[in-house]
Amino acid sequence: MAGTTTLPPVTPQMRRNQRVGFICLAVVASMVGVAYAAVPLYQMFCEATGYGGTTQNATDNPKGVIARPMTVRFDSNVDGGLNWTVTPSKPITDDIGKVDTVNFVATNNSDHAVTGQAIFNVSPERAGYYFNKIECFCFTEQTLQPGETVQMPIVFFVDPDLAQNAELDTLKELTLSYTFYPVKKGS
Amino acid sequence: MADTTHLEAHATGHDGAASHDHHTPTGWRRYVYSTNHKDIGVMYLVFAIIAGIVGGLLSGFMRMELQEPGIQIFNGLASMVYGINGDPSIDAGKHMYNVFTTAHALIMIFFMVMPATVGGFGNYFAPLMIGAPDTAFPRINNIAFWLLPPAFILLLMSFFFAGPDGANMNGTGGGWTIYPPLSTTGQPGPAMDFAILALHVAGISSILGAINLITTIFNMRAPGMTIHKMPLFVWSILVTAFLLLLALPVLAGGITMLLTDRNCGTAFFKSDQGGDPVLFQHLFWFFGHPEVYIMILPGFGIVSHIISTFSRKPVFGYLAMAYAMVAIGFVGFVVWAHHMYTTGLSLDVQRYFVAATMVIAVPTGVKIFSWIATMWGGSITFKTPMLWAIGFIFLFTVGGVTGVVLANAGADRVLHDTYYVVAHFHYVLSLGAVFSIFAGWYYWFPKMFGYMYKETLGKIHFWSMFIGVNLVFFPQHFLGLAGMPRRYIDYPDAFGMWNRVSSIGYYITFVSMLIFFYATWEAFRAKRPAGDSPWGDGATTLEWTLSSPPPFHQFSTLPKIDSTNVH
Repeated sequence: MAGTTTLPPVTPQMRRNQRVGFICLAVVASMVGVAYAAVPLYQMFCEATGYGGTTQNATDNPKGVIARPMTVRFDSNVDGGLNWTVTPSKPITDDIGKVDTVNFVATNNSDHAVTGQAIFNVSPERAGYYFNKIECFCFTEQTLQPGETVQMPIVFFVDPDLAQNAELDTLKELTLSYTFYPVKKGS
Repeated sequence: MADTTHLEAHATGHDGAASHDHHTPTGWRRYVYSTNHKDIGVMYLVFAIIAGIVGGLLSGFMRMELQEPGIQIFNGLASMVYGINGDPSIDAGKHMYNVFTTAHALIMIFFMVMPATVGGFGNYFAPLMIGAPDTAFPRINNIAFWLLPPAFILLLMSFFFAGPDGANMNGTGGGWTIYPPLSTTGQPGPAMDFAILALHVAGISSILGAINLITTIFNMRAPGMTIHKMPLFVWSILVTAFLLLLALPVLAGGITMLLTDRNCGTAFFKSDQGGDPVLFQHLFWFFGHPEVYIMILPGFGIVSHIISTFSRKPVFGYLAMAYAMVAIGFVGFVVWAHHMYTTGLSLDVQRYFVAATMVIAVPTGVKIFSWIATMWGGSITFKTPMLWAIGFIFLFTVGGVTGVVLANAGADRVLHDTYYVVAHFHYVLSLGAVFSIFAGWYYWFPKMFGYMYKETLGKIHFWSMFIGVNLVFFPQHFLGLAGMPRRYIDYPDAFGMWNRVSSIGYYITFVSMLIFFYATWEAFRAKRPAGDSPWGDGATTLEWTLSSPPPFHQFSTLPKIDSTNVH
């Protein structure tokens, strides 16, 4: 063939190759899709199973109280960028299933109004599924005026179904931990 | 007769596609514009050697640093690079150690082992072994190769840009696993972006290469070469290409999320905005575990041929060998969380991943025992490639056994992130995969270049490297069991002795590599003609029916495989 710009004729072999090639490309594209689909699926999975210490939300406790004491400890951490002091509640011990109310106390130490929000986690992570919050300040943005101190209530109970989880037979206490972050403007 | 017409139809079909480049291109055009699978394969091998030198030198600095307790090498390097002294140079040195560790891993995985096995041997020999004139998409093959040097340059550029906050903190030190938040808020500088883009480009290169090889193997086998007659190396490349096709896009997705988290305000992995950093670990290891099989499977294929050739026997249990690789590839996708036992998985999830991981030992055992059964009663000659292949079996088995130990979630609780893990994965990769690459190099060197290397030099290379790498990595088992954590520049004095032994092993390996380069140079200088089939009747695959080196275009009349051919 004289001119190198002339394309060779399309042979049946080339058509077969192109078909396999495009199928492979489709596989690649769908695997990228699967990677992105993993994000919402993983979140749904965590919420459904309490995986990774994800807690549950509830309005009341329909399952009653069982005679097994559980100590709940509270913990708070503040991000370096947030000039707040947050004091957690003291640990409380109560029978599983009792609805309890505790207060965290947050103070803005800076000289201007600051907005923060908290994320939370239960340890051991397996117990997260059984930790029900009726009221809490999770993920809500809180703005504190300079020097202002607020009480942040949490109303919660531990699901009596915890007694049926063999992995948690030896569990005598669990910890609810909050980490406070500044809310950045415009992000 | 019907067969003959079929054969001719194939031959003309190919001629139509390639008739415009029947003249042999010369000079730089032959390589830069290359659509020839053999030239591209050789370029991959040269690239892998260059990347291997860089990656190997990086690990040399690490071993020199770890030779004695305390910090003595990297503070000096930092003061040379940044012109600082005292405590700042120690801090910069600590980060530089992390940068070297990260780069060593990324280079060895993405720019040394993968280009050598899949790109180099896969491109060169898979088409030859199935009797194909070239690959299905020669131009895509060209693009796939030429994406690698820019990717490598991007990774090397990351050395020179800021990583973490603070002065004199160039390069990315997040480890090859690039877990957030260390790779997001921990390394805000552009170095991490360079590394991520390098992985993107290298990933695209591998995906294109995989598509090309899959299509070639499915569509371009010579008449009579049924799937169940394909040589085991072709099987290994086919399985590897599928793993690449399924695993790499997940890595690409994961690191794209990392990139947008870093630069575009998304919150996939930011816990303060409702994301989850552990999700990245799931995505990463869904890619990362198949990745280790991507690195080792072609080695399985290479070693099968060498064991069979030098035992003068067909491979024992051909079908079981082929489907063992398929099984390893399949199960490799459902065991990823055994890298994550300490992330708070429930006991039931851990039980599943322990059991599934152990299952992999079954097909792997099938392969190991079949290699031994191939040698059993064979007429064995211990030529250089055979030494490397047997060395591979021995070392890979050691690494496999420590892998079974680590598969136990209970034991892993103790050994996680210790040098025991470092020893394990270097036994399967640095010793296993690399030995299979050298085995393939010495086995196919006479075929690829037409010259014979000096047998004595090959054997000296093998024995010095065997002693060297074992000295590097065996003591690391002891260090790990004693509790020495990985990824630290310094350690308590109690770990001093085995670290010193390990570093001495590195120097022996270094000398061994000099022997390798000398042996290669000597072979090209002496120009001893190798002959078409230097290994005798044991070598039955199609590449040995061609001249050495093979003609620029082979199989213009396709070979016909009859039913008695066995591999």
